[in-house]
Amino acid sequence: MTASFDLNPRRLVEPGEPATAMEIKLRRRSRLSSGIRYGVLLVFGLIMLYPLIWLIGASFKTNAEIFASPSFWPENPTLSGYIKGWETSTPYTFGRFFWNTFLIITPKVIGTAISCTLVAYGFARFDFPGKKILFATVIATLLLPNVVTRIPQYLLFRDIGWLDSFLPLWVPSAVAGDAFFVFMLIQFLRAIPRDMEEAARVDGANTLQTLVYIVVPLLMPAIISVCLFQFMWTMNDFLGPLIYISSVEKYPVSLALKLSIDTTEAFDWNQILAMSVLALAPSLAVFFLAQKYFIEGISTGGVKG
Amino acid sequence: MGGDSKYLGYLYVAPYVAGLLLFTAFPFAASFYLSFTDYDLLSTPKWTGLDNYTKLFTRDRTFDRSLTVTLLYVFMTVPVKLAFALLVAVILNYRLKAINFFRTAYYVPSILGGSIAIAVLWRYIFAEAGLVNMIIGIFGLEPVNWFGDPSNALITITLLRCWQFGSAMVIFLAALQSVDKSLYEAASIDGANQWHLFRYITLPLITPVIFFNLIMQTVQAFQEFNGPYIITQGGPLKSTYLLPLYIYDKAFKSFDMGYASAIAWVLFAIIMVLTLIAFWSSKKWVYYAGDKRS
Repeated sequence: MTASFDLNPRRLVEPGEPATAMEIKLRRRSRLSSGIRYGVLLVFGLIMLYPLIWLIGASFKTNAEIFASPSFWPENPTLSGYIKGWETSTPYTFGRFFWNTFLIITPKVIGTAISCTLVAYGFARFDFPGKKILFATVIATLLLPNVVTRIPQYLLFRDIGWLDSFLPLWVPSAVAGDAFFVFMLIQFLRAIPRDMEEAARVDGANTLQTLVYIVVPLLMPAIISVCLFQFMWTMNDFLGPLIYISSVEKYPVSLALKLSIDTTEAFDWNQILAMSVLALAPSLAVFFLAQKYFIEGISTGGVKG
Repeated sequence: MGGDSKYLGYLYVAPYVAGLLLFTAFPFAASFYLSFTDYDLLSTPKWTGLDNYTKLFTRDRTFDRSLTVTLLYVFMTVPVKLAFALLVAVILNYRLKAINFFRTAYYVPSILGGSIAIAVLWRYIFAEAGLVNMIIGIFGLEPVNWFGDPSNALITITLLRCWQFGSAMVIFLAALQSVDKSLYEAASIDGANQWHLFRYITLPLITPVIFFNLIMQTVQAFQEFNGPYIITQGGPLKSTYLLPLYIYDKAFKSFDMGYASAIAWVLFAIIMVLTLIAFWSSKKWVYYAGDKRS
């Protein structure tokens, strides 16, 4: 924005006047300073991303090569890290662990999308006694550190027999338990004009029909953002499975990765790096396919992470 | 909406209310109660009054260490991360053609950063023979013992969080782009230079977003678990033993649920006091333009 002054020094002088020495100087300076900016951004960006580039390259290296040079390029590319890493030291392959992650993510994402949409609609479009207080709890929950509620939640799930199952990992989210998403959808809904909804009501649609046929299509980009963030955070979640899942056959990818560090790190580095790449792959793929939803979501609702 | 019962809204927020009561409000109250008890999961909780808290503050040297490390960690990461995020957002906000490309590149670490795979990667690149030491070796520097030396280990963990400045940056960038351009034009006609424009126009206008990022980043930094758990296991000499690790060990390894709850409440109290200070002080430095704020 401030650069707009640099880039348009003409604005400072009368239109049609020939370029003065001052103008030429300004133009040169702006070209130079934007060159420096690009340079800084590029170098800094490369430093930031090099660990990831190195990770991908190193996953195709032999164990001997990983700690031999800082280059990311594998001299003798091998798939053995992937093949042996996939097998794991357990009776199960990583396929099983990805399947487990899928079994947690699917109900969690769908449940989050539906429940948060209903609740945000309730907050944004209805007045009811106690709404202000209830909305204040959304903000309070947003700021409440999970660490405070974790132990009693564990005891609760123990008492209803949910330990070592996927239920504690997704059920709380499926009842709009992630205040951040409710908040984000409310922010989006407030920006959508109500005219069409009011017209639908006049035509005799009830509130649920209005929600499904009018609001949801308008809100779709925001709902997609919610799904994507929930997908990503669930992929990354480690503490939840660590507390609740005890049998290896139910391990999601994050726990399985921790297990393979514990069992093979001393010698088979490339297996761990290869499985790390696979663990990151779904998130990376989703991010690159749908990054505009991430940027919009995060800019509207603010975000954690 | 007109004509409808004034209770209709409850129908829609019902799932939230149920979840709030069952998974947040009840556990919140229960954990406060548990913090005054001795509870090992086998027998019923035994009321011990203030014993847990007395022990924490007078006899528990691990807690002292853990609390110090946690505060250091938060006060190192949050300012650095926010400063980075703001700096890069300001640079990106100059009308660079490749703004979307750079925004994406800087955002990727935030998307992946919390995952176990990245913590694993951190172990490799900061290992004794790892990537970072190989690179500084090229410049003739001695290898650094990143994880083995208690004075370096916390910095290495801190770097992991600072690396993920992208999400704060995207929020800053959105705020910078919404600043009314005509303000800059008016000021620069009056002879303001670029630093003046930033200091007296941009900065005041984005204080609400700085405030938001400050609170969220602080609350999250206090809860960091994955990084130190995977990378250093809290060591060496407990130099990266953040409070969430201590709580986890007490609760799920020693099954000392009452004591773990007390630590959790101390952590919660610290976060709450800092948040309240931030809210209270915000009246003095956060500028809300009366209009255009949703």
